[in-house]
Amino acid sequence: MKKWQQTLNETWHFYKRTLTLVARGNNLYYAWCFFLLAIIAVGFLFYMRQHDLGLIATRMTDQVSWGLYIANFTYLVGAAAAAVLLVIPSYVYHFKPIKEIVVLGELFAASSIVMAILFVMVDLGRLDRFWHMLPGIGWMNFPQSLLAWDVLALNGYLFLNLLIPIYLLVKFYYRKEPNWKFILPFILISIPMAVAIHTVTAFLYNGLPARPFWNASILAPRFLASAFCSGPAIIIIIFQIIRKVSVRQIEIEDNALFKIAELIAYAMFLNLFLLSAEIFKEYYSQTVHIASFRYLFEGLHRHKELVPWIWSAMTMNVIAFFIFLIPQTRKRLTTLNLGCLLVIIGVWIEKGPGFVIPGFVPDPLGEIYEYFPNLLELMVSFGIWATGLLIFTFLMKVAIPIEAGEFSHVSYIESSFRRQEEDQAWRTGSFTKI
Amino acid sequence: MKKAVKTIVFGMLFSGVCFASFANGAGEEFPVAPPPMTEGLFPCSNCHATMEVNRTKRVLKEEHTDIKLHHAETMRWCLDCHDAKNRDKLRLYNGDLINFTESYRLCGECHGPQYNDWKAGIHGKRTGYFMGPGKRTYHLCAHCHDPHQPKFKPIKPEPPPTKPKDS
Amino acid sequence: MPDKRYTRREFLRNASLTALGGLAIPLFSSCTKEEAEDFLQKHFREMTPEEKRQVIAKLEERYAQRYGRKFQISTQEAVPDTLWAYGLELSRCVGCRRCVYACVKENNHSRHDPQLQWIRVLRLKRGNLINLEDSEHYYNPDLVPEKGFIYLPVQCQQCQDPPCVKVCPVHATWQEPDGIVVVDYNWCIGCRYCIAACPYKGRVFNWAEPNIPREEINPSVHYLGNRPRMKCAVEKCTFCVQRVRQGRYPACVEACPTGTRKFGNLLDPNSEMRYIIDRKRVFRLKEDLGTEPKFYYFFEA
Repeated sequence: MKKWQQTLNETWHFYKRTLTLVARGNNLYYAWCFFLLAIIAVGFLFYMRQHDLGLIATRMTDQVSWGLYIANFTYLVGAAAAAVLLVIPSYVYHFKPIKEIVVLGELFAASSIVMAILFVMVDLGRLDRFWHMLPGIGWMNFPQSLLAWDVLALNGYLFLNLLIPIYLLVKFYYRKEPNWKFILPFILISIPMAVAIHTVTAFLYNGLPARPFWNASILAPRFLASAFCSGPAIIIIIFQIIRKVSVRQIEIEDNALFKIAELIAYAMFLNLFLLSAEIFKEYYSQTVHIASFRYLFEGLHRHKELVPWIWSAMTMNVIAFFIFLIPQTRKRLTTLNLGCLLVIIGVWIEKGPGFVIPGFVPDPLGEIYEYFPNLLELMVSFGIWATGLLIFTFLMKVAIPIEAGEFSHVSYIESSFRRQEEDQAWRTGSFTKI
Repeated sequence: MKKAVKTIVFGMLFSGVCFASFANGAGEEFPVAPPPMTEGLFPCSNCHATMEVNRTKRVLKEEHTDIKLHHAETMRWCLDCHDAKNRDKLRLYNGDLINFTESYRLCGECHGPQYNDWKAGIHGKRTGYFMGPGKRTYHLCAHCHDPHQPKFKPIKPEPPPTKPKDS
Repeated sequence: MPDKRYTRREFLRNASLTALGGLAIPLFSSCTKEEAEDFLQKHFREMTPEEKRQVIAKLEERYAQRYGRKFQISTQEAVPDTLWAYGLELSRCVGCRRCVYACVKENNHSRHDPQLQWIRVLRLKRGNLINLEDSEHYYNPDLVPEKGFIYLPVQCQQCQDPPCVKVCPVHATWQEPDGIVVVDYNWCIGCRYCIAACPYKGRVFNWAEPNIPREEINPSVHYLGNRPRMKCAVEKCTFCVQRVRQGRYPACVEACPTGTRKFGNLLDPNSEMRYIIDRKRVFRLKEDLGTEPKFYYFFEA
């Protein structure tokens, strides 16, 4: 009992100290935080309008009933699953360059999941009835409804990706050895969990016979392949930013980035291969179900809205694939970053609007409605992305000093001891100028 | 012996008549709505009781000029369905006279399949209650099909749904 | 000097808490009075009869205030030994859409912003029946039927194996014992997964608060059927549950001028639906999806 109390006290003390870390920074940090807060405020105001009017304030209709919010949700769940590509090399293969940054990757996964959950919450028509979905309190349709599985899987993964890094960080803060017997099972479980969250998200589309565009067995593998492209690409870019921006030099070796890039090459190959398999099946068999593919790649009955988007996404993906494949371009930072940007945007288009919208076009009765998000949806989406980035910034602001060894309990004891001496000097009046 | 034969023959005739009327559905009662008569024309005997009967097949010039017969008009005309002597009744093939409320029997003589379906409720329209004590109303053939020009005329459709925004 | 450190920390803590509280206030205050009243309402299937009575009383008062009419809200359960099915004779549909608007009136649909209709009539070219991609929904000629076309009305098919019931994350929609798939409008969270799952576009969504003209409101309603709905809840054809459980024909059956629509109880061997299935050549839409719809289309000519 006393040990639990002590652990709780330590964690609480740790939390209070991290607040000071988060509140202080250089001007760039403040500017970044206020920029993000401004976007969040605007997004929130737009969301209030949607909350008042109802979802009629968006451009979703009965024909295309899921839009930008669910597109972003799908992409972000994939990005979160990508943390597994850091966990496996570091904890299973003990690849040292990645082992140093795996905690940061897990915190990235946690921020991604928070964003995904926020996107689902703004998409719900009746957010006040959210409690109906909580198991035990509401009436969750488990195991029949894939959305119920998704809620459990996402929250479980969020819990894991907060527990593991925070546990390790707190232990490192106190310069105590982590109890591997306690934490390693959680780490190992997070590997299949990462695959599980994205498989469940794929299954929730996959299990609908009403939508032949989604009702393909290849969906879950495609989702995983594209997730393992986009997530690590974001991680590579973010880590370079951290390396540059963090005042304390955190050791992120180039080798770690190159190794991740190599994994992206394999994932992108798989992604392109699976896509070609789908295209062959549809275009060779030429059944009625080709309609959604036609709409996406060629245009259907003079409706061509998504065609330029998907072709730019395809071009970006292929170019990026070659960038990551060829070692010379992969191991040079400028081309690597170009490749990462291409992958991030290309996969977002392919997995977001290029996946969710064609599932609804044509609708089950053959109608075509061209969906395009309006200003409100864009602003709310930006607000949520900004929220995720802000959370990630705060997490990094805490994690990096701890990882670099500069923020620890020892230094706190030392500094507080010094403070006590100063206070003593003030009180007794023997304060001398330093 | 003679009495036995008489009873049997009489019995057969009687049952024959019964079955014959069964075939015509005379025994069944259908809760039909009142027949769609033009205002003020019924009872027809108001005029026709005192008029002479002219059995020549012709196009009527003086009265009933609004009725254009377009219902097997090459083979029949008015007096094949309307009884010549009693204009308040309709005339079946075998000469039986029926009320306008039973006009389905007349239609059913030519349109057998539709008649069978109508009796089961598949053809035509029923409104009201199909179960329980509530009232059910059958529509007569004449409620939907004008007996003189039975083919449905095209009607104006209700407006289409509004197209989803900006589509 | 020592005070400054503490106050800065305290200041930050207080500021962040105020911001969080300030954010929550507009969110909570934007909920309407009705939303606040209904917040803790249980699922219909979990309510005791007393709770159902209370809910009905609350709704009657609310509707009386809003629409100025006295509503009769029924919670009548399924009649035993009934399994409702619908028949539609395609050779007779002329595409006049009288059924659509009769349904709108009977079931208190929102008339505009958004316009909700449970029945949709498709126009198909002769020679094509199953490929609905070539259908026209917005035909508006002067007179129907048009030559060379047939008309196919589609509404919720009340499937025996409903994909919408399978995917709802909160059990807001379920199949009643008499075969009708219903929605508890107060339990639906508005995720629209069921709309994505329905192969027949049977379900529609209240994208905003419904607009029903006061003078056209129909006050005899069923809790699970045609009572006035609220924003961001899903709805669908209920085979006029307020009518059929009392033995009345649905509104669309009564409205059709050509006698296209038929309705009956599959478990009653003397019903019209059994006659149709036994004698006519019936088919159902998208049978290959395994949903087992109870909406039978057939042809005479």
